[in-house]
Amino acid sequence: MPSQQLSERVILDFERPIVDLEKKIQELRDLSTESVDFSSEIRRLEQKAKKLRSEVFSDLAPQQKVQLSRHPGRPFTLDYIKLLADDFVELHGDRGFRDDPAIVGGLAKFDRWEVLVLGHQKGRNTKENIHRNFGMPRPEGYRKATRLMELAGRFRRPILTFIDTPGAYPGMGAEERGQMEAIAKSLEVMAALRTPIISTVIGEGGSGGALAIGVADRILMLEYAIYSVISPEGCASILWRDPSRVPDAASQLKLTAQDLRDLGVCDEIVAEASGGAHRDAAVTASKLRSALKRNLGELEELGADELLEERYRKFRQMGAYAASP
Amino acid sequence: MAWWSRSKKLPPEPKKSVPKGIWAKCDACAATLYERDLEENHQVCPECGYHRRLATEARMRLVLDEGSFRPADEGLESADPLEFRVDSNRYRDRLKAATKSHGRGDAYRAGSATIGGRPAEVGFFVFEYMGGSMGSVVGEKISRQFERALEARTPAVVFSASGGARMQEGVLSLMQMAKTSAARARLAEAKLPYISVLLHPTTGGVAASFAMLGDVIIAEPNALIGFAGPRVIEQTIRQRLPEGFQRSEFLLEHGMIDRIVPRRELKSTLSRFLSWFDPTAEADDRVSGRSVHASSSANGA
Repeated sequence: MPSQQLSERVILDFERPIVDLEKKIQELRDLSTESVDFSSEIRRLEQKAKKLRSEVFSDLAPQQKVQLSRHPGRPFTLDYIKLLADDFVELHGDRGFRDDPAIVGGLAKFDRWEVLVLGHQKGRNTKENIHRNFGMPRPEGYRKATRLMELAGRFRRPILTFIDTPGAYPGMGAEERGQMEAIAKSLEVMAALRTPIISTVIGEGGSGGALAIGVADRILMLEYAIYSVISPEGCASILWRDPSRVPDAASQLKLTAQDLRDLGVCDEIVAEASGGAHRDAAVTASKLRSALKRNLGELEELGADELLEERYRKFRQMGAYAASP
Repeated sequence: MAWWSRSKKLPPEPKKSVPKGIWAKCDACAATLYERDLEENHQVCPECGYHRRLATEARMRLVLDEGSFRPADEGLESADPLEFRVDSNRYRDRLKAATKSHGRGDAYRAGSATIGGRPAEVGFFVFEYMGGSMGSVVGEKISRQFERALEARTPAVVFSASGGARMQEGVLSLMQMAKTSAARARLAEAKLPYISVLLHPTTGGVAASFAMLGDVIIAEPNALIGFAGPRVIEQTIRQRLPEGFQRSEFLLEHGMIDRIVPRRELKSTLSRFLSWFDPTAEADDRVSGRSVHASSSANGA
């Protein structure tokens, strides 16, 4: 898995002690021969590594989760599609301007369902990231998404979306071609689709560019995914005018999966592999698979009218206000 | 959503190099003008036609039939769900201060009114109130406005002026984009007209939701309208934006809005729309307006 190679190269500061320990274990393994036995030492260190990992990961600060959500070794949309679905046929283009590689989508078979899969796609390296525009769609990407989702709605195929973007691309061309309209339209279209929709935030849920494919019947979040109205960096620069306050912004914004569940936005948190999704994509994907299966099974029981009514109510109740006379 | 919370910086405040109250200087042509003339001209420069910011109350007087406005949902207040604070400055206190200066009801005034004798559910952003940013209260009021329109089978009209989502309410303000767009979708489903009026500035999460979803979308001259704010784009592409980028005229040229409507024509244009979109004419399946144009037998259809 390329993600594992990458995760060895990119190590977050709080991952360092764990990774060092794991290296030491590997070294001992390599040194072991028939005559020299380190197995008890290896066992002891493995225990220690496991304990350390659970200690570090049970007490992550919001900003550390932000770092994890953006980890370049994390599985991306196409990885999950590969791990979760069969017979994926990618479909391209918005029929108006061009194909946007920052959003991928297509037909696939998920468990016993024919589905539409759709998501933001980041790149693994510089070359890929330039091609994918770092997972930041332009209007044509959202228009492709809208087109494919309408297709699924018309033929009543469930939709699985995967959210992982820093945000919609803020460039000149994107503005000229109506970034705002493309996002708005997608929101409106999703609200009225007569087919079940499940959105999973697999990494970074960056603002309107994320929500544009997130108006769903169920909103799942991976354990270390984030979802926010603004990046902590953007927030710190506006409110504190000080980049060193990014961790404060991350805490204030309440952007972790746990926060979103408390705020009534996230329906379910899906556990990741120990140490994060980038440590074991297959384990993470299998947990996501069972969550998706269960939710889709529940949603398929609903008639289209009921489904739409519940989706409407779900978003309708989001927000916090007080009413005085 | 950095850029649309940066709204404080977006509107150039009128420079006050002349004594306040009697004289004003036009930001565009630098003409020296009587404040009273400006007021009578709805803050449009009589010399060059530059549109200055029009206070929400004044705009309501401009477009709504006199005495027709019945306010709704005035008592909604933000509940500060994140207990947001920047060091010792609490969001809660900022709300109190904004309410004290600009009145109750957060950054949105909604209600029922008539325009040119035709009923509509109307709503106005109050840009002065925290940059017209959309938090839970604004999103709720807009959704309720669309629902009232649905219930009463009347058109909806929204006057947007907003920097975007309100970051102090985090992801809940983001979700207002989905909530309002879902309410708008119901209006479309019921074939009820929705007219979106874009004022200076309309950016971020407001632009990227209901504001760009009007059956017709009109804008005042020279309003800044876009998804990302100019500063964010400049930082991203590392170059200066050309003059007029993201202004109403630019949007019209790029096919993003239906019309630019000068302020003095705003009310008559809205009246024209409301009569064309007569929602009572929809009741049966006949083509609306046929009976009005009785001479259309010449069409042979």
